[in-house]
Amino acid sequence: MSNIIDIVGLVFIGIGLAFDFFGCLGLVRLPDVYNRLQAATKSVTLGTCSILFGTFLIVGFTAAGFKCLLCMMFLLLTAPVAAHAVARGAHRAGVKLWDKSVIDKYAEDKEGEI
Amino acid sequence: MKIVRWLIGLIVLSFIIGWIIFRPFSFLFYPDLPFVGFLGRAMYILILACALCLYRVFRGPTGADRIVAIDIFGIMIVGFCSILTISTGRSWYIDIGIAWALQSFIGTLALSKYLEGKGFDE
Amino acid sequence: MESNGVKRKIVLFILGFIVWCLLVWVPDWQHLVVGVFVAGMIALLVGDLFIKKPGKLKHPHRYRYFIFQYVPTFLWECIKANIDVAYRVVHPNLPINPGIVKVKTTLTSDTALTFLANSITLTPGTMSVDIDKDKGVLYIHWINVKDKDVKGATKDIVEKFEHILAKVFE
Repeated sequence: MSNIIDIVGLVFIGIGLAFDFFGCLGLVRLPDVYNRLQAATKSVTLGTCSILFGTFLIVGFTAAGFKCLLCMMFLLLTAPVAAHAVARGAHRAGVKLWDKSVIDKYAEDKEGEI
Repeated sequence: MKIVRWLIGLIVLSFIIGWIIFRPFSFLFYPDLPFVGFLGRAMYILILACALCLYRVFRGPTGADRIVAIDIFGIMIVGFCSILTISTGRSWYIDIGIAWALQSFIGTLALSKYLEGKGFDE
Repeated sequence: MESNGVKRKIVLFILGFIVWCLLVWVPDWQHLVVGVFVAGMIALLVGDLFIKKPGKLKHPHRYRYFIFQYVPTFLWECIKANIDVAYRVVHPNLPINPGIVKVKTTLTSDTALTFLANSITLTPGTMSVDIDKDKGVLYIHWINVKDKDVKGATKDIVEKFEHILAKVFE
């Protein structure tokens, strides 16, 4: 029985590794800050949460297992907040969007305010 | 031109990942490599992903790119600590992971406020 | 007003103590005594910041909606988002069409807006850039813009989560 749970945990770790790798590939390939932030934040957050969940399945209900669950919830709460802060800071610092972008409502509204 | 670059990248990356998974000619480098088994290969793939992040840190045209790459690097270190917890059986590695996640979050917030060019009291 | 402040501090003390007990699993009495001191100090210092209306924590149907409706929707959208991102990154022509659009929301409380922004960031192709709380407006970076005006974008992005979050947090 515990053997099956170990194999399921290793499968979760493998899925997490694949998503981490795709996120970093997106960080290299995509053209501007906002697209990079999107791809990297989504993929790497869910990938690392999947690795932590696989660790919880393998380790079981011990001290390390509960810390894994706590760390998972912490990452799911804080990684989008960090991405939001970096995107807002970059737009206010004047980093341009990609030149094939379609629309920028935020710049229009912000010029109206100032 | 684009498709040629894509093909070159695909060939190089699949060559590296194939070497990590099947690991031919390993006797040329070490008699026995330090990381073995599934978890050792997982660590090598995470190291490859961290190398892609470091490329963006060195190359990034603006400061925001570097901040994004450092944030993602910090999240990936947590996964690294979690794999080390299984493979060595020492449970304090996950403590390092939690502390690293906290510090990385606060550091990213501070860097983005610095980028915005304002003070910390908004 | 006075009893409301005391209630906030007690709720924060209990939450902090539970997190401490999870961090030092298999607690003995020394850990528990130190945990009481630490949670009490945190509750005294920053008790007014986090929980605005402690009466909301007493309703069991909020927890039911949160566990049985919000969490499955969120996980399913999250997995779809990751497959979408992997497809766009690996494709040789990079099929992206980015832009920043504006959507409207009817939520007002801080916690609900935070959860809405987090959900939008982790769902397919969208990421929240800024929140204007007074006008009820969110600016969202969309990797594949399908609809440029406010009403269509609101229908596509926000409405999946808005009615669930309104039941949970409002």
